[in-house]
Order: sequence, then C-alpha cells, then structure tokens
Amino acid sequence: MTLFLQQLMNGIGNGVIYASVALALVLIYRTTGILNFAQGEMALFATYCTWKLSDEGVGIVAAIAISMVFAFVTGAVVERVLIRPVERASPFVILIVTIGMFLAVNSLAVTIFGDDEKQLPSAFADGGWSVGDVSITYEFVGLVLVLVAECVLLFLLLQRTKLGLGLRAVASNAESARLVGISSGTMLMFGWAIAAALGALGGAMYVPTTPALTAGSMQAVLVYALAGATLGGFDSPVGAVAGGLVVGVGEAMAIQYIEPLHDIELVVPFALIGIVLLFKPTGLFGRNVVERV
Amino acid sequence: MTLLAVSDLRGGYGPVRVLHGIDLRVEAGEIVVVLGANGSGKTSTLRAISGMMRASGSVRIGDHEVLGRPPEVIARLRVAHVPQGRGTFPELTVEENLRIGAFSRRDKDVAADIDRWCTVFPRLRERRDQQAGSMSGGEQQMLAVSRALMMNPRLLLLDEPSLGLAPLVTQELFARLAELNAQTNIAMLIVEQNAKLALRIAARGYVLEAGEIVASGSSQELSSNDEIRKAYLGMA
Repeated sequence: MTLFLQQLMNGIGNGVIYASVALALVLIYRTTGILNFAQGEMALFATYCTWKLSDEGVGIVAAIAISMVFAFVTGAVVERVLIRPVERASPFVILIVTIGMFLAVNSLAVTIFGDDEKQLPSAFADGGWSVGDVSITYEFVGLVLVLVAECVLLFLLLQRTKLGLGLRAVASNAESARLVGISSGTMLMFGWAIAAALGALGGAMYVPTTPALTAGSMQAVLVYALAGATLGGFDSPVGAVAGGLVVGVGEAMAIQYIEPLHDIELVVPFALIGIVLLFKPTGLFGRNVVERV
Repeated sequence: MTLLAVSDLRGGYGPVRVLHGIDLRVEAGEIVVVLGANGSGKTSTLRAISGMMRASGSVRIGDHEVLGRPPEVIARLRVAHVPQGRGTFPELTVEENLRIGAFSRRDKDVAADIDRWCTVFPRLRERRDQQAGSMSGGEQQMLAVSRALMMNPRLLLLDEPSLGLAPLVTQELFARLAELNAQTNIAMLIVEQNAKLALRIAARGYVLEAGEIVASGSSQELSSNDEIRKAYLGMA
C-alpha cells in the first residue's frame, strides 16, 4: 500500500508536468488548428535560458520569470515569422514546419549552451512531510500548486477577458471573427506566446525532477503530453490537464507493477494514444459541437 | 451621401472569373437588394466588398478606398457582414456572440446595446447563456443580425438571410430589418433569392447574371418589369 501511494505521488508529480505541456499544445491547437511538435523543444530552449540565468547568479524564481517573458516574446515571433507564411497551406506543410522547428531549436540549444549535462536547481525547497511511510515533498506540493494556478489563470484569461473572448472567437470561426474586426493574426500570435510561456514554466518545473538538463530532456515529455492531450481531447483544456495526470499516474503504475515494461515505459503513452484513437477519437473531454442545421 | 460605391469590380477564385465588372452603390440609410440566380456572383460581390475575396476595381466606403484591405480593417469602418450560413460562433454562448460583435468598439454602451437587441429579438434573451450552435436556424439568423448590429454599423451586408428559414420566420426577419432601417438609418445591402420580400423593403435593386449587372432600378420598376417578374418573382 505504501508503495502504491508513493508511486501514485510520483505519477501525479510527473503528470502535472505532462498536463502543463499538454495545456500549451491544446491552447495552440484550439486557436490555430496546428499541432506544434516543437512545443517541447521551445520549452527546452527556455529552460536552458533559465539555467543560464541561474548559473550567472540570478535567483531561480526570477530566472524562471525572465525566461517566461523571453519565451512569450519568442513564441510571438515564431508565429509571425515561421507559421504565418504557411498558415493557409495544407496541414502537412505546417506539420513539416513544426518538425523542422523541433530539430532546429534543439540544435540551436546545443550550439549555444553546449551538450554537457547541466544541473538546474529546483524552485522549491528540499525536504517535505512524512505521512506514515509516504513522503510528501515540498516539490510535489509546489508542482501541484503551480498547475492549479496555471489552470485558474488560463481559465480567467479565456473566460473573463476581452483577449480571451477574441481567442475563443478565432478558434470557433476565424472568418466571422475577422468580419467583426478581430485581427485573427494578432490573436494567433498571443496564443503562441502564451503557450510558449507555459512551456517555459513546465520545463523549469520538470527538469529539476530529472537527473540533469540535456538536449533530450523534453522529448519524452512531448510524447507524454501528446498522449495526455489525445486522451483528454485536443480541444479541451480541462481534458489536457486530466489526460496529463492520467498518463503520469499510468506511467508510474506501469513501471511499478508491469515487470516487462521496465525501462521501456515510453510504450505506455503510445499504447494509450492508440487505444483512445480506436475507441473514442474525440478524447474523454473532447466536445462534439452541438449544431443544428 | 454615397456610403458604398463599387465600380468595375472584377475577381474570381483562381483562374475562374466570377465577377466581370460590377458597378453598384448604396446611399446612406438606404436598403438595396441584389437579385440573381445561384452562381451569379452575389455572394462573391459581398465578399469582395468586405475584403474576404481578392478583386480588382474599386470599393469605396465613405471616403476610404478599401479594396485590398483585410476584412478586420474594413469591419472597423463600421461595415458589418452577415455571411451566408450565418457565421455565428457555435461553441460560444449567445451573450458572448453579441459581445464579440462589439469587440472593436471603445464606448461604454455595449451592455445597453446587448439589452437593446435582446428586446428586439426576445428569443435571444431567453437563450442568453446557451450555446449559439444549439439554436434553431431562425434564432441563429436573429443572432447573426444582432451580432452585426452590435458593431454599430453604418452599412449592413446581408447574404441570403432567408436561406433555410421557414417562410413565416423570413417574413418576421424582413419586417424587423425594415423597422431597424426606419429607426436607425443603417444602410443595408441585401443579397436575396426571395425577391418578392426583399423588393418590398428595399428602395432600389440590382439584378446580377453571370457576374454582370443586367438590370437596375427602383424596387417598383423592378417589380413591374416583365422579365424580372418571370425570372425572379415566379409570375407570368
């Protein structure tokens, strides 16, 4: 039982990270219909920036905040410079562009920061509480709180602000949005910017829970986040969070209880994606839009 | 004062030309109807005016030449386009749809205007918090028109508002449009298959055939023209 609870905590800890990257994926997908395969690598680059700042002596929380601002701006620039020209092209062209960005951003990070392993300090204090035999680390609690805060802020942004209304209008019907004077380009730029900032935060939360920051740090995370987004439904932020958590817990449990999966736990998300697409392609929270003709 | 002046408007989709030099105008506060069969270029004309389609020639809104400008810029000149098939935001609530209509407005009367159009179209008030996509075709058309009115427009472009509506609902809609025009002086350019109803509320009309204007005149003149009666009004 203790082992089960401990694994559950580990799973939720990872799931929180997957959820936040999935949230970024879904945000871009909903507003632009684009699946950004470079999401993880953009987060990687921002995480390297966080590391660099921290290495130069900036406090870790300040370093994360600065990197998020940097990522926000970079996300906007990427949308304007790389995505805008192919916006109306076929989905395959856009797919190739984001895969190209995946490789380019990764290589750029290695070129600038080097390919040696780096240690990124955690934003949370060491230690924690013990409840029976289960230890609850401050980091675990911190990760969960960050995700909750992220969700609440995103919800408020989308549901309560004019910018959010514009974003949802463009996602719902881009042509009609332009006809009422909403610049869809500006909205898409904000969508990419916000997603990139979320990715930067996710990277800075995730990397300290792993042995080291390397060029491959975010690759598995992207796969898990994709599985989470698929499970939850690509058009649903709530689904992204729930999906990410389920994937995290599923991964932890599979490692613990299914002996043959040890060391090849990456099959878990792929299997999950396959099963969801087979039985419920819209995902658990994906909406079939009610529409009368 | 001429609000909309279109001259020698030409355009198409890829190599297919659908507009072969359209000239038309709408005076401030006037209702003008464009009649024509399917594929005659009615929708394309409206899309070219609001910047949704590439075209050559000239489109002037007031003092501004707008041809080649993006739709969001033209919309901010207070030109509201209700596209064919209504173009509502199906996942958003009725109230959100209305607030989106006021997106580019800077004044403080938005809430009052939402209330105003909910009074003109009471069904919208009843369904205020409901997803727009779940409403009937007639209700969605009312919503689409109200959303356009939330832009506080000088010119309303309506693309086949009667499409898919029951005859009684269409009559009701046209009655409301005529009332609105009388009360607010908003000019309207209406593309319509239901010639009879449209000519009843319009001051003038144009007849479009294969991308060209083949007839124009006051509603009375058009209604009494034998060929038009035969082709569009279903009368011998």
